[in-house]
Amino acid sequence: MLGLLEFDPSIDFKLLLAVLLIPLIGYVLQIFLRDKLPRGDWILTGGMGIVALITVFLAAKAIAATTAGEEFFHASSDVGMQFGWFYSDLETPAVNVIAGILYDPLGAIMLAVVGVVSFCVHLFSQGYMRGDKRYAIFFANLSLFTFAMLGLVLSDNILFLFIFWEIMGLMSYLLIGHFGHDPSQPFFHRWATWASKKAFLTTRVGDCCLFIGIFMFWDQFQTLSFTGLWEAGRAAVEANGGEFPAWMTTAGLFVFGGTVGKSAQFPLHIWLPDAMAGPTPVSAMIHAATMVAAGVFLLGRMFPLLSPEVLTVVALTGSFTALFAATIGMTAFDLKAVLAWSTVSQLGFMVAAVGLGHVTAGMYHMVTHAFFKGCLFLAAGSVIHGCHHVQDMRLMGGLRRKLPVTYICMLVCTLAIAGFPLFSGFYSKDQILLAGWASVGDIDHFGGTALFALIALPVAAMMTAFYMLRLIFITFHGEYRGNMQEHMYSEMIASEGVEGPDPNEHGPGEHGDDSHATHEPHEDPFRKNSMTQALVILAVMAVPGVAWVVHTWVGGLISIHTLYPSGIADWIGAKVPEGIFDPDSHMAHVAHGRALYLSLFVACTGILGAFYLYVMRRDLPAKITAGLGILYTTCRRRYYIDEIATACVINPCVKLAVILKWIDEKIVDGLVLLVGRVNKLAGFLSAWFDRMFVDGAVNAVAHVSQAFGAAFRLLQTGRIQQYATFAVGGGLLTAAWLILS
Amino acid sequence: MGLGAYVAVSAALFGLGIVTIISRRNIIYILMGIEMILNAANINFVAFNRFGLTEAGSLEGKMFAVFTIILAAAEAAVALAIVLNVFHLFDSIKPSEADLLRE
Repeated sequence: MLGLLEFDPSIDFKLLLAVLLIPLIGYVLQIFLRDKLPRGDWILTGGMGIVALITVFLAAKAIAATTAGEEFFHASSDVGMQFGWFYSDLETPAVNVIAGILYDPLGAIMLAVVGVVSFCVHLFSQGYMRGDKRYAIFFANLSLFTFAMLGLVLSDNILFLFIFWEIMGLMSYLLIGHFGHDPSQPFFHRWATWASKKAFLTTRVGDCCLFIGIFMFWDQFQTLSFTGLWEAGRAAVEANGGEFPAWMTTAGLFVFGGTVGKSAQFPLHIWLPDAMAGPTPVSAMIHAATMVAAGVFLLGRMFPLLSPEVLTVVALTGSFTALFAATIGMTAFDLKAVLAWSTVSQLGFMVAAVGLGHVTAGMYHMVTHAFFKGCLFLAAGSVIHGCHHVQDMRLMGGLRRKLPVTYICMLVCTLAIAGFPLFSGFYSKDQILLAGWASVGDIDHFGGTALFALIALPVAAMMTAFYMLRLIFITFHGEYRGNMQEHMYSEMIASEGVEGPDPNEHGPGEHGDDSHATHEPHEDPFRKNSMTQALVILAVMAVPGVAWVVHTWVGGLISIHTLYPSGIADWIGAKVPEGIFDPDSHMAHVAHGRALYLSLFVACTGILGAFYLYVMRRDLPAKITAGLGILYTTCRRRYYIDEIATACVINPCVKLAVILKWIDEKIVDGLVLLVGRVNKLAGFLSAWFDRMFVDGAVNAVAHVSQAFGAAFRLLQTGRIQQYATFAVGGGLLTAAWLILS
Repeated sequence: MGLGAYVAVSAALFGLGIVTIISRRNIIYILMGIEMILNAANINFVAFNRFGLTEAGSLEGKMFAVFTIILAAAEAAVALAIVLNVFHLFDSIKPSEADLLRE
């Protein structure tokens, strides 16, 4: 048994390569042969199934090794599997990037998460996207999206991580804009196009930062591989007397900028809530396994290189985002918007955990979050599908009897995200709060930052529990409100003062076979095969018991001693608060106990609050929102961040573009036109000269010859007598001339 | 009578021949004009032989005249043949009609 679970580089690296190549080949097949393959979607889904099995199998090996206390770091370059880019054999090459696979505990668990969640999303999409006009393209893009994330996780150097990072940016653009090709649904058409552009351009800001950060490290360390960077970082810090050099703080902030963009941290969070314009499976993909997880994963990889100053910024940004997004989440009425804001909030938790030094808690929360958020989004997709593409929760209600499997899955995952005891989110959130307590105790390291985090995070956790249960109660309990009169709904929307999709406009394309006579919500038994099974697979990971097993295994897999090589781990230990990585210390015990009570308290408060307001006293929420007045409206309008961004960034950019366009058109084009006109004039003059003088001279010769010819032709009459006359006349004249002279 | 009278007759005959050749509208007359010019030349030959710088009793000029008469006879024969051909070709013996030399 143990032999089977031992990592064998000669075989397992080939398996890892297969993990990368299967989705890529699937993509190529699907793009080029989509009309010829009878069921290309099954090929891709099957491929993803194999990928999921391989990744889980290899993760089991990693778990077996780390539980046995071994160091689990495998680089493919050790067995000669590597790819040299700009490679040269010179002693000191100018640029020498060697790409390979790094398979370590963090990569192992992330790879398994990506494999399993992507497989579930593929499976789900088969039911959800059936009848879509661009079904084949959708699957191809989904597959390449997965490929990019798998590649990002497996990269052993930061440059290739960045390349896959960018592929992922492109694929998210294409997938969010999936409905931007269907002009028959004007609202969704506009929305999808706009949202995809917004996502692409917003993340681009972060990507630029990351790129600058990468090359600052390259400039100093001449290496891009993670292990090399960690070693070089430690050497640089030790050479600087144990303090981080100032440039590393700057570079670290730039790298964190990449995370802010990709993982939707304040102030670049604005793209993520609008990314729900894409099909729901894509949202599940973006919010769970890929895209946003990449930013947090990057933080995990670069953690040893982040100076305490950077970590302070990271902790502040994360805590603020967690709290800020949670307040917006409480006011959203769109089913997917609630989930989107909860993702922003949960990402804030992860980032804050890394910032507080508890990198393993952040990574662990990323893992549990991937499963329950993937499940929540797929369940939301199932609800939306069942309600014929209505997304507004106020038009739902009482769905628990109509969509029982979806209800149970969603409830399990909601309890997980709320941090209810024994569900998966409880374990990971508990660790994050523990990081907060431990950091507050270690005032030298973090001081006020930790205090802020310790206030913001539990409040955000309480709000999370509240709005997630609010979602459950509004959607699944009470009476079904889908038959609400249209004018009532319009009035309700108008009173909000918030633009939303037209309720009469069905989701585009997704529902090509919309032949249902009634508009009663349903859970289609025909589709039970793919959609609900995908839900169940993901939900099982959050269930108590399973969650405990996962906690034990993953907890063993990702600890500070396994995430980084031992030399690096000891060095990191010095810059994080005592008690985080030493579970036996006094601080750890104190913090653990406090964190446990705190997380229990906030979860229960939030859940009970939601139960009171949305089950027992349904009249209260309206009164409270009315009482809050402008405070509520501000939250509802997302703190006007979009408006501020439009006014401060987008409009100036547009104005600058207009000015530049004017300069371009009037001055640059004017100069070009002037040169053109001068040339044209010169050409005219030259042509005139040519015609008048050069051609004129040639023609004049011809004309003169012609004139002479015409004159002399008159003499050539052919009459002998005339010739004789000329001869005689000539003779006489000659004679006369001779005589007279 | 001296040389001048002979040369005067010869010149008159030559002038008449030239005028005949230029002005007549019939090829036969032109041939006649040519004969007149030839005869004007003959008169000159004979006259210069009699009154010229040659030795007394020499026959050079007279022999030239005889040659010219024979030549004129041959020329007349050839010319009449040409006239016949011209008539066949142009259905006319007017010199103004036969203007193929222009080509």
